[in-house]
Amino acid sequence: MPTTSIGLMTKLLAVLKKDLRCEFRTRYALNAILLFGVTTLTVVSFSIGQKSLQPAVYAALLWIILFFSAMSGLAQVFIREEETKTATVLKLTADPTAIYLGKLLFNLILLLILEIIIAPLFLVFTDAVVSEPLLFILILFLGAVSLAGATTLIAAIISKAGVKNALFAVLAFPILLPLLIGAIKATTAVFSTRASGFASISGEIQLLFGYAVVMITASLLLFEFVWDE
Amino acid sequence: MWWKILIFILMCWVIVMAFLTPAPQQMIGEASRIFYFHVPQAWVSVVAFLWSMIFSIKYLRRNELADDDAALAAAQLGLVFCFLATVTGSLFAKVTWQSFWNWDPRETSIFILLLIYGAYFALRSAIEDPERKAKLAAVYSIFAFITVPFLIFVVPRVMPSLHPSDSIVDKSGKIAMSGDTMMVFFPSLIAFTMLFFWMFTVARRVLGKERRYLEES
Amino acid sequence: MYKVEAKQVKKNFAHRKVLRDVSFALNDGDSLAIVGRNGSGKTTLLKILAGLIRPSRGKVIYSSPDGELDKKALRDLLSYVGPEMTLYDPLTAAENLRFFATMRGQTLSDSEIENILQDVGLYGRGNDAYGTYSSGMKQRLKYAVALLNKPKFLLLDEPSANLDDDGKKVVAAVIARQKKDGILLIATNEQGEYAFADHVYRLDD
Repeated sequence: MPTTSIGLMTKLLAVLKKDLRCEFRTRYALNAILLFGVTTLTVVSFSIGQKSLQPAVYAALLWIILFFSAMSGLAQVFIREEETKTATVLKLTADPTAIYLGKLLFNLILLLILEIIIAPLFLVFTDAVVSEPLLFILILFLGAVSLAGATTLIAAIISKAGVKNALFAVLAFPILLPLLIGAIKATTAVFSTRASGFASISGEIQLLFGYAVVMITASLLLFEFVWDE
Repeated sequence: MWWKILIFILMCWVIVMAFLTPAPQQMIGEASRIFYFHVPQAWVSVVAFLWSMIFSIKYLRRNELADDDAALAAAQLGLVFCFLATVTGSLFAKVTWQSFWNWDPRETSIFILLLIYGAYFALRSAIEDPERKAKLAAVYSIFAFITVPFLIFVVPRVMPSLHPSDSIVDKSGKIAMSGDTMMVFFPSLIAFTMLFFWMFTVARRVLGKERRYLEES
Repeated sequence: MYKVEAKQVKKNFAHRKVLRDVSFALNDGDSLAIVGRNGSGKTTLLKILAGLIRPSRGKVIYSSPDGELDKKALRDLLSYVGPEMTLYDPLTAAENLRFFATMRGQTLSDSEIENILQDVGLYGRGNDAYGTYSSGMKQRLKYAVALLNKPKFLLLDEPSANLDDDGKKVVAAVIARQKKDGILLIATNEQGEYAFADHVYRLDD
């Protein structure tokens, strides 16, 4: 009889490690995301030029760049399993929960790398000023968790639908709207010079946190149906 | 049979009385009569979405394609009502605020609902295999519905509303309508809801027959 | 007693009826060869049995001495090898083995990995990327992965495809062991492979 003494944590970390290894030996998703991010950022910064804009506009531009960059690569984590035909043996051997959580962490890491590169560049290339750096980092982190939490299940859906990336943004956008609106509002607050600390954005932070928890829980419940398909 | 006759009577009553009673909102005037049709349509488009999600959950639990027919039928009708509500709302906006579209919170909400319905049908049309189509669409519809509470929380905070929000329930939570208005509005709400369920049973039957025909041929 | 039972399994792809009414039951120690010409639905049937695709009608029941097996319990007891599945190209053979062992709830030491590789004739090739393997070597590694959990139910699609004589010997050994310890199902259209199984299920009309 096979032993099952290994816990969920070990398994999900193994999935994550496997995906990271495959990714860093091929760099398919990371290249797509980063190139997309840098390209859009360049276009944005060229079109703004020397003009100084409202904080709300900067916040919206930043999240538009992050959203579309994410859309260009986050589905890869499942599409690759289908395209390279590795999904079969993974399905036959692995616990779906471990697969979902491993891939969620993988997407989260991709998003954090994207933010670590794009956010500082954005501040350099535009006149946006961060008045509360710590809060800004908190918003970016929670935004990444929510974005990964909501899109990983959708990535699984489109990989099974066999539509590649074509439908990803269409399916993800309505679901991501509350997150995007909340993140843009909170970012607007930290971009404005009259920022008044955590209290001014506590509502948005709660929204982002609650959204991430609900979407990840729902994904855990629904993932098996998609994966078994 | 009796309830189909009831729908007919109620609808006739609503259509006639919507024009014979005084306009529901004096401030806005004659244009506010659209309220009798617009609000029930918006209501039905949300009910249809909920209904579609309930059958989606049922499908995931039992794997019967008949439940998927029902979820699809509800979503199709929901899309129609959502579209009607958007158009009537937009007409009303033009008359009262001089512009068809303002990204008012209600407009944003109904627009998101349209987007979700659109994404749902886009997903369905991308998949060939009926069982796979049913399952993935069901998961998406449930997942999308879960975000609705967040929208209700977040959307009104984006922009101040122009929408007459106290037309049904006033600030103290009491029904804020004159007797005349209530005599038209509630029958209309009931009539539209019943109409939806009637159309739903028909659409579901048609989809079921279509599917079985394809299976047998 | 371990048991697998197919009950009136049917499968349609759109309008095409691929399988109509497949029923059989196998007990411990039984082996079955599913045979038929190309396009007769052998692979489809095997995938339905492996739980990879759902039948349009009917069902497949796996049971252990303690009763019917649920999806999770079955996953621990079943393995499948087919030509259309692959392991991870960018990973080495050893990394592939270690990953799937973890998924199976096992931790493998370096020497255990060497032993497993030796069993399928891949000794000394553990640090090569799977993507650089020849098709025969890939097939051997797939067997190594499939045998990690010492399956009670082993499903093989075209077992000796792409294999040289040595590889065929490896497969023959695997099959002989499986017939002693569990239930074996193979799908094939090679006359030579019919002999692997005690029973034959013919899918031709």
